Amino acid sequence: MSAPSLEIAQLTVRFGGLAAVDDVSFAVAPGRVHGLIGPNGAGKTTLFNLVCGLVAPTSGAIRLDGQRIDALPSWGRSKLGLARTFQNIRMFNDMSVLETVMTGMHAGLAESLPAVLLRLPSFRRAERAALEKAWELIDFVGLADAAQRRSGDLPYGDQRRLEIARALACEPRLLLLDEPAAGMNPSETHALEELLERLKGRGVTMLLVEHDMHFVMRLCDEITVLNFGRKIAQGAPVDVRADPAVVEAYLGAKVARSLEAPR
Amino acid sequence: MAEFLDDFLFTYQNLVYSLGVNGLLALSIYVVLAVGQLSIGQAAFMGLGAYVSALLTVKLGVAFPLVLLAAMITPALAALVVGAPTLRLSGVYLALATIGLGEVQRIVFINAEFTGGALGLSGIPTRGGLISIYGSLALALVAFVCVARSKIGRAMEAMREDELAAGALGVDLPAYKLGALVVSAMLAGLAGALNAHVSSFISPNDYGFDAAVTILSFALLGGIGSPFGPVLGAFILTLLPEVLRPLADYKTVVNGAIIVVAVIFMPRGLLAWRMGRAGAAFRRPK
Ligand SMILES: Nc1ncnc2c1ncn2[C@@H]1O[C@H](COP(=O)(O)OP(=O)(O)OP(=O)(O)O)[C@@H](O)[C@H]1O
Ligand SMILES: [Mg+2]
Repeated sequence: MSAPSLEIAQLTVRFGGLAAVDDVSFAVAPGRVHGLIGPNGAGKTTLFNLVCGLVAPTSGAIRLDGQRIDALPSWGRSKLGLARTFQNIRMFNDMSVLETVMTGMHAGLAESLPAVLLRLPSFRRAERAALEKAWELIDFVGLADAAQRRSGDLPYGDQRRLEIARALACEPRLLLLDEPAAGMNPSETHALEELLERLKGRGVTMLLVEHDMHFVMRLCDEITVLNFGRKIAQGAPVDVRADPAVVEAYLGAKVARSLEAPR
Repeated sequence: MAEFLDDFLFTYQNLVYSLGVNGLLALSIYVVLAVGQLSIGQAAFMGLGAYVSALLTVKLGVAFPLVLLAAMITPALAALVVGAPTLRLSGVYLALATIGLGEVQRIVFINAEFTGGALGLSGIPTRGGLISIYGSLALALVAFVCVARSKIGRAMEAMREDELAAGALGVDLPAYKLGALVVSAMLAGLAGALNAHVSSFISPNDYGFDAAVTILSFALLGGIGSPFGPVLGAFILTLLPEVLRPLADYKTVVNGAIIVVAVIFMPRGLLAWRMGRAGAAFRRPK
């Protein structure tokens, strides 16, 4: 069997006295969509920050395709095929939508300084290819009409989709999505779900944090539940939503029942 | 026409030189600000270039192109020494370290025998002049425009907008910050050398904290949306005192007031216009 796309082993991080992530282990198989859920402050975003190198672990290991990555800086991990979106959107406000997506291609673009300074054919080719790919990506996420708009001027839901396009621009092996549906209206959420389904169809491995439980249950192959930094459950959506510990800590009886019946 | 130009150049020669030199200095602070860092060391890098070049010319009679090369390499090494440890920390440390560099350097220049002490170095022969100064400025501008319109330019803008997001997208933050500082030091050193060889005289106090702040204000006034902004800022701040000369005693006050008003009402600089690049205003490819 091939190595898991992402493997987290006994991962712990302490902020002063608080163990924001406490001895958490799980793995995401290639091509799967893995959900990460839990109440506010459970440590989901912190776990993302650990995986992509914005927070250093107190102990434990993180492997991407079998390779230890916990000592690498965030840009080193990006080069190995890790990309993410942010719970609190982080836009390059003054860039156009296309430029923002092209910025996401940074690591993979072959533009040497001499080629840039002399505007050699290799540079022009690379830029043209990047621009074409950026068009494809904004088509894919449904932002083609906004291609030349200033990224900072887009409505909230569009900025979330732009962050996804920017993350996809580096052709990631693993995509981390932190509450992609937050702040979206139902029709936007629906479009997003359809978008993520298409991504899944393309074989992109995803780790997804989301509070919209219907969304999570429909999309994910497997779910890990965090509470106060600890893993309290893991399994297929059907099993997780029936788990008494999960119902008590997070879902509540009413949501759990509503999830039983398909909407 | 040619005669008029000669007269003009003769009268305003120093001003014309200063415009070009300050344009180069403005570009040198631009590179650092463009990656979201703050350096107060441009004057120090400039001073290093000026002293190294003057000493090589006066004491050793080295050929001018080699002198210029040395005037760029020496500050670049200083930038590596100051930048490598501080750029891994948060932004303020670079600013503090570069202020420190300027002060240490000033004290060395004042106290060392071979740099002429507080009196400085005089009798530096004239070399270069208009062509070297404006040629360098034009080359530097073209290079910065090319860089701004590439993946490097996108990465730099991403860094100053949101460093954390840029890092997560694969931008090697320390490499870009150090690279920017080294290029900036080289440009400032070049400006210092060119200036020393048209003014015949340099002294330690020309490269102190005041000069560093003046250089910074070029970019703040002009804006850093494109490399043209800082150069425009440098031209205006160099010309303003000349234009205001008839005001005599009120000159400095009015000069200061104009800068303050500009910064308050145009926080993004006089030239808020942003460098265009692929994807910024392109039609869809067929
Ligand atoms: N850099 C930090 N320093 C100190 N405490 C932190 C830091 N980052 C996160 N925390 C704390 O760690 C805990 C987990 O926060 P985290 O943001 O990971 O939660 P979350 O599961 O993403 O919650 P939400 O659903 O609200 O986004 C919180 O108590 C938070 O205050
Ligand atoms: Mg969170």
